[in-house]
This record gives sequence, C-alpha cells and structure tokens, in this order.
Amino acid sequence: MSGIILPGADGVLYQRDRAWHPAADTPAYKSTTFRAPKHSLLALGPTKSEMSGPTFGHEKLGPLDNDLIRNFSQDGTDAIGQRMIVYGQVLDENARAVPGTLVEFWQANAGGRYRHKKEAYLAALDPNFAGFGRAVTDESGFYSFRTVKPGAYPWPNGGNDWRPAHIHFSVFGHAFAQRLITQMYFEGDPMIWQCPIVATINDKAAIDQLTARLDRHNTTPMDALAYRFDIVLRGRRSTMFENKLEGN
Amino acid sequence: MLHPVPTLKESPSQTAGPYVHIGMTPNFCDLPGVYASDMGATMINGEVEGERITLSIRLIDGAGVPLSDGLVEIWQADASGSFVSPAAPNSNSVPAFTGWGRQASDANGVTVFETIKPGRVAGPDGKPMAPHVSLWIVARGINIGLQTRLYFEDEDNEGDFVLNKIMDKRRRQTLIARKESVGRYHLDIHLQGEKETVFFDI
Repeated sequence: MSGIILPGADGVLYQRDRAWHPAADTPAYKSTTFRAPKHSLLALGPTKSEMSGPTFGHEKLGPLDNDLIRNFSQDGTDAIGQRMIVYGQVLDENARAVPGTLVEFWQANAGGRYRHKKEAYLAALDPNFAGFGRAVTDESGFYSFRTVKPGAYPWPNGGNDWRPAHIHFSVFGHAFAQRLITQMYFEGDPMIWQCPIVATINDKAAIDQLTARLDRHNTTPMDALAYRFDIVLRGRRSTMFENKLEGN
Repeated sequence: MLHPVPTLKESPSQTAGPYVHIGMTPNFCDLPGVYASDMGATMINGEVEGERITLSIRLIDGAGVPLSDGLVEIWQADASGSFVSPAAPNSNSVPAFTGWGRQASDANGVTVFETIKPGRVAGPDGKPMAPHVSLWIVARGINIGLQTRLYFEDEDNEGDFVLNKIMDKRRRQTLIARKESVGRYHLDIHLQGEKETVFFDI
C-alpha cells in the first residue's frame, strides 16, 4: 500500500489542552482545596480502552425528556419562569458533527433553587419543576430542549458569592476519553465575571465558548426565547492515507 | 511534514457541582417519575459470559472525608476482551452487557457496580494489558473529570502497559482493587494525600 502516515497519527485524539481547561487547584473556588489532586497527571496516549465508549442508540428516551417545563409537572401546568429553548450542535475539534451522542442537562429553577435535599437557599421550590433532562443528538449533531431560565443564586464559598444563571451539561462523544462536563452561561450576564467557578478558566475566549447566544431568529413567537449553545468535544487526528484525509 | 491541528478548541470543563446527582442519577436522589431508571444503573441485561463481580469504589478527599456528592462512571471490555460495538442507529436492542456503568456515591462516598470481570485488551505495544476498568470521576470541587483505572489484585499485573508507565512503583498500588471475597473487589480513590490515586492525562 502506498500513502503517507503522519507522525504519531493513527486516528488517536488530539491531546487535551490543559491550559484551556481549568487547573485542578483553584483556591478562589474553595471546594478544590481538598479535592484537587496534588501530583501531576500521568500522560498516557489513549489505548483501545479509552478510544471506545458507550453508545446510546438503543436507549428509549421519553417524549418529555427534553422538556423541563413539563417533565415533572404534578398538576398538568407548566413550570414557572422565562420560557426558552436551548439548542446547539455537538462538534469535534475538526468541526465535524457528533451525531447520536447523549447530552444531559440540569439546572436550578427560575428562582435559583435546586430540587435537592442539601439545597439551603431560601428561594421557593416550583412544584412543577425538577430541573433535569436529556437528548440524543440528531444526524447533524444537534440537540434541543425546552426549559425556563434558571435564576442566579448565592452559595457558600466566599462571604457573598453568587453563581450566574447557568445550566450544567454532560456530553459523551464516541470515545470514553472525550467525556466532558461543563456549564452554559448566558450572553450579556454581568454575573459571569464575578464568579469564582467561571474564573477557574484562565482564558476569556474559553469562557466565551461557554456563553450561549440569544438567537432571536429561532424564538417561538409568543412562547419562548431561543439560546444557541454549541459544544466541542475532543477530535481525532486524521491519518493521511493514500494522500487524502481519512474520515475518522 | 504537516502535522494535523484541530480547527476548534474543546469546550472547557467546569465542575459538575454539588448537584450532579440531579442531572445524572435523578432516581437515586429522590426525583423519580421522569426517567424509568437511572442510566448506567444496570450493566448486565441477559446471559453474559464471564465471572460476575461486584466492584465497590470509595471516593475520599484530602482531609479523609468521603465524597457523598460524587459520581463515578466505568467503561470496560467484556470477558473476551472486546468492547461493546456501537449499536446500529435506531437499534432497539439493549446489549446483554453494556460495558458502561454509572453510580452516584452514597453518604459513605461509596459507589457499587454489578458487572463482570473484564478480559485482556491489547495494548498499544500489541501485548495484552492486564484486566482493567476505566474510571471517570466528577464531583463538586473537581474542575475537570478525573480519569484513572481499576486493576485486580488477583490478576497478573506485571507487564501491563499503563501500570508500567507509573515510575514510582509504590503508586501503582493505588489502582489495584483489593479482593474482599470471591467476586467482590474494593478500591479507595484518594484525591490527595500519601495514598493519592494516580490520575491520567489521556
């Protein structure tokens, strides 16, 4: 066989840019104090065990799994709050769509309160809102869900720290080494810039990548605003083969 | 020579926060009725080759306190050393062995997985790696998911490609689960301290 194989490249993942991600030990976010490993990580090229991963094509998602306004409704009425659609595309670092992957999300209610036994904030619970959902990306890598805008809330860290409105995301990709958890923020929110958890990320452009854009074009008239939030997972190095880029 | 470079940056990680159980194991944290069951709660769905085992994995912070708000996912080969191949799109059949599990940590920081002993998987050097389970750990105070592995003390771990990359041999022990009884294994994950687990940059 003729062709060119690039050095070190056989469809393995690009190395994670650890400077783009938060460091483990970030003192202003106090929970890291006893939870950040102190040793440096062991650099390890992915093996078969990390280049494979679970798939969810066989999972039967319920019709309301991506509708947080309705999926916990106790009395048939909607959750309280600013109605919105959050949607976006899951891509890899090569800008290729990631289809058929599971995206999970969870959030506080419109008042900034989580439905959890350890939650201590005095904002009211909404009896019709649990605050979680999931979706599988379509063939073009898109997911979407309907929810209410989460409120900002105070949390025990510094004396008076507040989280900006945010939604937690968990994404799989197709290799276990792509596994990612992150948070989505809202364009134009001044609370972003005073948050110790946001500030664990050093690069402003990286924070910007976690900021959803208001998308007036996709607003549902008289119903819900739309926000777009694209997510990028690690991509594979392409192998140069027969003088063309092999799809992988 | 050209070296391929990515065109986009990976989305930066953020902590899973204190309420990761809401989003990922809602039935575990008293939010029933939305999902029929928590994803990854069951790994075996039928007749499966191999030894059935129970893995308990405990998460402990640098002050010796167990993490009650953590979450562990595992990914492993089946008894023959093969990974479950991706299901065909729109396939409705759940594999008899999924290879993937997810559990929330309880008040004692413990997660428990009912699975099978994995077989040997070929390493990058072509030699079989010792049987192992890949782990991914998230919690409040963990800014980016921690990746490591679980090995078994009753297997031959000499010559394993990954264990041998750990220069300080004493630290290799941090990945090796203790056999408590037939079919039961336990591993403590120490986030810090003298027994700090070896975590990977994969």
